[in-house]
Amino acid sequence: MDSYIALSYWDLAAASVLVFINAGLSVIFRLRVHRSLLIAAIRMVVQLALVGLVLTTLFSVVSPLWTGLAALGMVLFAGHEAAQRQERGLSGWWSYGLGTGCMMVSSVVVTVFALLTALRPNPWYDPRYAIPLLGMILGNCMTGIALGLDTLTTSLVSRRAGVEAQLMLGATRQAAVAPVTRQALRSALMPTINSMSATGVVSLPGMMTGQILGGVPPAEAVKYQILVMFMIAGGTGLGAVTAVLGGVYRLTDGRHRLRLDRLRPPKPA
Amino acid sequence: MAANEAGLAAFQAGAPMFQVRDLRTSILKPASFSLSAGEALAVRGASGAGKTLLLRAVADLDPNEGLVTLDGRDRSTIAGPEWRRLVGYVPAEPGWWAGTVGEHFGEWTAALAFARELGFREETKAWPIARLSTGERLRLALVRALMMRPKVLLLDEPTAALDVASVAAVEALIDARMRAGLAVLWVTHDAEQGKRVAHRLLVVEAGQVREEAPEWTVISP
Repeated sequence: MDSYIALSYWDLAAASVLVFINAGLSVIFRLRVHRSLLIAAIRMVVQLALVGLVLTTLFSVVSPLWTGLAALGMVLFAGHEAAQRQERGLSGWWSYGLGTGCMMVSSVVVTVFALLTALRPNPWYDPRYAIPLLGMILGNCMTGIALGLDTLTTSLVSRRAGVEAQLMLGATRQAAVAPVTRQALRSALMPTINSMSATGVVSLPGMMTGQILGGVPPAEAVKYQILVMFMIAGGTGLGAVTAVLGGVYRLTDGRHRLRLDRLRPPKPA
Repeated sequence: MAANEAGLAAFQAGAPMFQVRDLRTSILKPASFSLSAGEALAVRGASGAGKTLLLRAVADLDPNEGLVTLDGRDRSTIAGPEWRRLVGYVPAEPGWWAGTVGEHFGEWTAALAFARELGFREETKAWPIARLSTGERLRLALVRALMMRPKVLLLDEPTAALDVASVAAVEALIDARMRAGLAVLWVTHDAEQGKRVAHRLLVVEAGQVREEAPEWTVISP
């Protein structure tokens, strides 16, 4: 960490000029996105500043209670975001509960596994390790679960006649929805697979870049990145499988019927 | 539970093969009727009256309540997949889940026994589903349902898109199965067809199902 270069507020102000240039382009080309661009930039600054404050406090107290509460808050926000990203989510509490529950189980299990086996900080719940790791796993898990559930629900709606045709011929609900289930799981896992394939060739991951900029030797940063990628793959896989199977369970019933009445009505166009 | 069993026993006394009592959904009002082996009931009613809902409720594809028995067995004691093999359903717009005709049939050679009677050949197996006409889809869906050897068949306008010769072929095929004991619930808008194929008449009006005396002479199966 010896070669770490601290940034001043003037450095950030200079970098923000690039966002203003983007806003200027939006005005010139009449894209009408300059307003939302500036609002998004301000939101990003405020949110990150708050997170900086929270993390500073969290890291200084090293309390299992506060680490746990911060993790819970992150999972609940991720669950809300995953539910928002679905065109036709499950109705009622299932929409929020299924994604959040699966995310909580998978990301917490994977984070704790990494903390106890690979990283072994002292104490094991040290927020300096636990919170950033959970955040990275959660972000990817959320995308995977949202994609998986969205593919499941939209495919069941569009392929309803085919699924019901199989049910009418005596297929079980598991057999009738198996192709849709597989498609949903593939959609959920594809971003992780693509990202693992492209990492290091097409893109340098943000965490690794951050560590290198912070003065960590590249070989060490790479080891961290590999660990994180494995955790992301494991967490996303576990979360997506449980969420999609939970979705299948909810959208069929014990009489082996397709229950699309348990979906939210479509959003108005 | 005891009252329910007693009701079931009374309901089954001298029972026809297939009985429906107070079958209802959130839209369908309580419907009761029965069918004997080899018998057909024509189902008539305006579009949107609830005919398809009635067939779907009998096939147990939508949540429903009421008592339905087949050969004295309460439907609730039979698993959904087994029930749908006993009570086949051919919807007005059959669904498909694979690319070619053959993939929808376990054994195309076995299917040919019925398929040939409806104008299909050995080569039909390789036909892409996308190139099938509405009439071909309806006839193939009928073959698919008959292959399960159901005891009751629910038909939702199975000849709506067919030419005269195909209509006759479908009616002849169903008639042959009825002679072997198949009971049929046949939705049709065609009064003449009802007269040709059915023994009795159900009328559906705004979700209300009632049996009416048909305008044709009733012949027992």
